[in-house]
Amino acid sequence: MSKPDFVYVNYIRASREEVWKGLLEPEFTRQYWMHEQISDWKVGSSWEHVRLDEAKTPDIVGKVLESDHPNRLVLTWAQPKDADNPEKVSKVAFDLRPVEEWPNGPWTQLTLTHSDLEPGSEMEQSVSYGWPALMSGLKTLLETGKI
Amino acid sequence: MIEDIDFTFKALSDPNRRYLLDVLHADNGQSLSALCTGMDMSRQAVTQHLGLLEEAGLISVVWQGREKLHYLNPVPLYEIYERWIKKFERTRLKALRDLKTQIEGATP
Repeated sequence: MSKPDFVYVNYIRASREEVWKGLLEPEFTRQYWMHEQISDWKVGSSWEHVRLDEAKTPDIVGKVLESDHPNRLVLTWAQPKDADNPEKVSKVAFDLRPVEEWPNGPWTQLTLTHSDLEPGSEMEQSVSYGWPALMSGLKTLLETGKI
Repeated sequence: MIEDIDFTFKALSDPNRRYLLDVLHADNGQSLSALCTGMDMSRQAVTQHLGLLEEAGLISVVWQGREKLHYLNPVPLYEIYERWIKKFERTRLKALRDLKTQIEGATP
């Protein structure tokens, strides 16, 4: 097993169920991600990360590798043109853990692990800038109801 | 608690801890031993600094077998950017725009 490329952690004042929805459901992702995620989220199914245009142009595509609602979701991750090139297909895992020891909960620890990125690739660059902003946006949206 | 922004600033207030973050930015996911090489500090001091950074949420850890790997977690830094930097940037941009308007004599 190769070591992950990036591991991002954020603490969100919301239940796991809310964080799960915040990651996957259009009413949330439209607001902080400017994209929608399309899939039935079953293991083996495909998933797409699409723009908000009429054609729903996919920017990222992949397969669902693991789906344990609302604890863990693992997806493959590639640009549509690279979907069949194993070197350019990376892997994203979302892990949601309840933080029971903190007051005024519920709190959820969201860990995002991105692995198998091609070293020096454009994708590696863009995810390293993108994820912290997205995780922060998700937190703001779930905690305040707006972005 | 990690949520507290005071923790982030406190963790960043030490040059050695900032250096550790730079080292992880250059090469993410390092073990304690790897981080100790090239540091002018005892293993114990590095451990303490890492502990504080982890507590502040600036470092995330992953266990790989028996090895603990340290990753830079820039999410709290992004919160600082949102809270403390972005708004000043906006003010500066507005000042530039106002200056341009004034010089060019156009209606704002």
